Amino acid sequence: MSLLVVLCCVAALLGTAVLGVAAARRPAGRPLVYGASLLLCLLVLAAALDRLLGGGATPALTLPLGLPWIGARFALDPLAAFFLVVVALGGAAASLYGLGYGRHEEAPQRVLPFFPAFLAAMTLVVAAADAFSFLLSWEFMSLASWALVMAHHHEAENRRAGFVYLVMASFGTLSLLLTFGLLAGPGGAYGFAEMRAAAAGGHDVVAALVLALALLGAGSKAGLVPLHVWLPLAHPAAPSHVSGLMSGVMTKVAIYGFLRIVLDLSGGATWWSGIVLLCLGSATAVIGILHALMESDLKRLLAYSTIENVGVIFAGLGLAFAFKADGLGLAAALALTAALFHALNHSLFKSLLFFGAGAVMTATGERDLERLGGLIHRLPVTAVVALAGCLAISALPPLNGFASEWLLFQAVLKSPDLAQWGLKILVPAVGGLLALAAALAAACFVKLYGVGFLGRPRSPAAAGAREVERWMLAAMLGLAALCLAAGLLPGLVIDGLAPVTHSLLGAAMPLQREVPWLSIVPIAESRSSYNGLLVFLFMAISGGLAALAVHRLASRALRRGPAWGCGFPDAVPAGQYSAASFAQPIRRVFGPLLFAAAERVEMPPPGSLAPARFELALTDRVWETLYAPLGRAVGFAADRLNGLQFLTIRRYLSLVFLALVTLLLVLALWS
Amino acid sequence: MSGLEMGSLGFDTAHLLAGGLVLVSFMMLYQHRLYALLNLYALHALLLATSVAWQAFTQAAPHLYVTALIALIFKALIIPVALHRIVERLGIHRDIETAVGVGATMLVGMGLVALSLVLMLRVTPGADPLAREDLAFALSVVLLGLLVMVTRRNAVSQVVGFMSLENGLVLAATGAKGMPLVVEISVAFSVLIAFIVIGVFLFRIRERFDTVDVGALDDFRGERR
Repeated sequence: MSLLVVLCCVAALLGTAVLGVAAARRPAGRPLVYGASLLLCLLVLAAALDRLLGGGATPALTLPLGLPWIGARFALDPLAAFFLVVVALGGAAASLYGLGYGRHEEAPQRVLPFFPAFLAAMTLVVAAADAFSFLLSWEFMSLASWALVMAHHHEAENRRAGFVYLVMASFGTLSLLLTFGLLAGPGGAYGFAEMRAAAAGGHDVVAALVLALALLGAGSKAGLVPLHVWLPLAHPAAPSHVSGLMSGVMTKVAIYGFLRIVLDLSGGATWWSGIVLLCLGSATAVIGILHALMESDLKRLLAYSTIENVGVIFAGLGLAFAFKADGLGLAAALALTAALFHALNHSLFKSLLFFGAGAVMTATGERDLERLGGLIHRLPVTAVVALAGCLAISALPPLNGFASEWLLFQAVLKSPDLAQWGLKILVPAVGGLLALAAALAAACFVKLYGVGFLGRPRSPAAAGAREVERWMLAAMLGLAALCLAAGLLPGLVIDGLAPVTHSLLGAAMPLQREVPWLSIVPIAESRSSYNGLLVFLFMAISGGLAALAVHRLASRALRRGPAWGCGFPDAVPAGQYSAASFAQPIRRVFGPLLFAAAERVEMPPPGSLAPARFELALTDRVWETLYAPLGRAVGFAADRLNGLQFLTIRRYLSLVFLALVTLLLVLALWS
Repeated sequence: MSGLEMGSLGFDTAHLLAGGLVLVSFMMLYQHRLYALLNLYALHALLLATSVAWQAFTQAAPHLYVTALIALIFKALIIPVALHRIVERLGIHRDIETAVGVGATMLVGMGLVALSLVLMLRVTPGADPLAREDLAFALSVVLLGLLVMVTRRNAVSQVVGFMSLENGLVLAATGAKGMPLVVEISVAFSVLIAFIVIGVFLFRIRERFDTVDVGALDDFRGERR
């Protein structure tokens, strides 16, 4: 039943996409499209929640579409249902936000048809139960999001982003195609159920290949270093509600694809795959957040921070793999729960932050932090919800980011139980890197909030900002409330995830609803427990008492006076602490290694009235060492192969002939 | 009378006819004159028709007689006669040139036949011996037809190469038991259509360039050979 509802909603979303073509011409069409998307997403959400929490058998359905002998198969097991919740929640929030944000869209005909199609594609990826439907929906998802990235194609930067994204997406799909080819085996069984059965007695080499290809295919979509280069280009290029979807939801769909292929279909939870994931995940987390720290473009910063969070999630998955391989079911369930919980949390607060960035852009037209400032006075509601998002993503209690990262560190602390010495040593190091990433993330969002919302406005646009309209505020407030709720009652989420870990690992964390006082106890009461509600109450009461004390005991009069400017009167706003100066200490530490950072100060000669100049050059080492040579190699090969376009007919025939003879020779020599 | 009772006579005759096809393919390789090439093609098709008819007889498969009839009427009669008339109307019955020398072509052809024999005999050890030999010969005919197409410059002789290649395909298909008639008919028609299209093109090329040497096309495209 729930699956049928989901598929009907997908059909309706596709219908809305068609409608969007016509609706884009009229102003009344926009609320229609976004409203329909909102309703359909809420329906999908209800169906997915019903499936996840209701339990029961996995509904499956074969539609007579697609390949003749296979059909299009769909199923909703707990894993799919959980990610469907993520997709539908993000989709509903983005639609609600779009109701307001879409009004400012200058090219609605480039957004309205693709937005529902993108939502439908993501839903289909999660619901697919055979390789053909999965790949088709995956590619559809890539293309729909590409179209949205190209919505503002007048800017050259966006066109480049679209190009890089398209190349990376095709490459990723190719890898996934090969993965499914390996999993299907020579028999060509493309249903997930057959693959699962066939992989049970699979070879180690095949498992390693599947892992590598899945990392390339799903990892490039999720943004694993070094496949992340498209993400900070493409995510900011799209309209903000789509950026939120791409960053918050599509990366999760990629993680779903990875889990589906590696953990479910190939059953490949081996200790070495755990090592690979741990290393990749922690490196991704640290590199992603360092990039974010160096960035002063609001949306690019958020996109880089997405890379960090994907790294954290992959590190959690690596832990789960390692524990599973050693037969530590409960610890594996703990790590997987933490990773999935963080995936849900990230989809919430990253959507929230992108929506906040969209609100700032709507209000000021600026994306550069160096031209913002003082928005807390002009956008009071946006400032509050953005603060909630920043606190959540910085993993501060009592919000949801803390709960999931805390769970992850609980799993890290279980590492002495592992059998392999390599893992015993590696996991604490990974834990250290994750802690570093968490601290840097906090610094990064202090920078974002401090420079963007506090202080004085650095440009007239920031000074003249006006609060955005209520649909956008409603979407952001809703997400902030969800962040808070998931932080206060993490036990509910953990219990909701139990069927997922049970279906994937055969084990689940102990039921948290049986723990008194709404605490969560991941392993044992004697070891550690956390109560978000209690922390919240303590903070609220102590904060309230402190405010009361200050206002009662000190003077209650509100005074506005000149700020203490360290003895410099009349400081210009541009003289405030800027985003780049905030990041400078960290840049000094990590810059030379990771970014080949070069700072240059040009002092004018004595007597000259020219200003001193400070120049900063950052390069992306990954791009320089990996992608630039690759691009040159492709260009070189293309130049050489260009000659093949202009041969005579007889030469072409000869080439065909030679190829045929060569293949026959190979066959004759090998068989 | 079924094929199994025929014993070695059925096998030997099929072998002889298929071998004859390969032999005629070889003769096409060194044939310099267009008319002779067309006559050889007619002989090729005639041998094919006989071979298919023999297969029909030994396999006791009456529908193969239809295939044989199609081969006889279309390939041994209509197409060679039509090509004859085209060559006449184009007035190119005197000229022919090979791009590669005869000796080298023959050597390559022998290599191809050896390759297909080695390959087929090795890949199909469990199959019916008649089908095995048949497939090996058929592959040789296909490869030799391709070789004719590659070594010729004249469009008409390339067409002949293509048609002889197709004869190899039909030989392979009839050697294997149980090929439906529909497939055969559709192949025959597609070849006929290809023939018509190529014929039309020949005249168009001729109208425009005063020659059916495909090299003229390349010159027109402004490329080196």
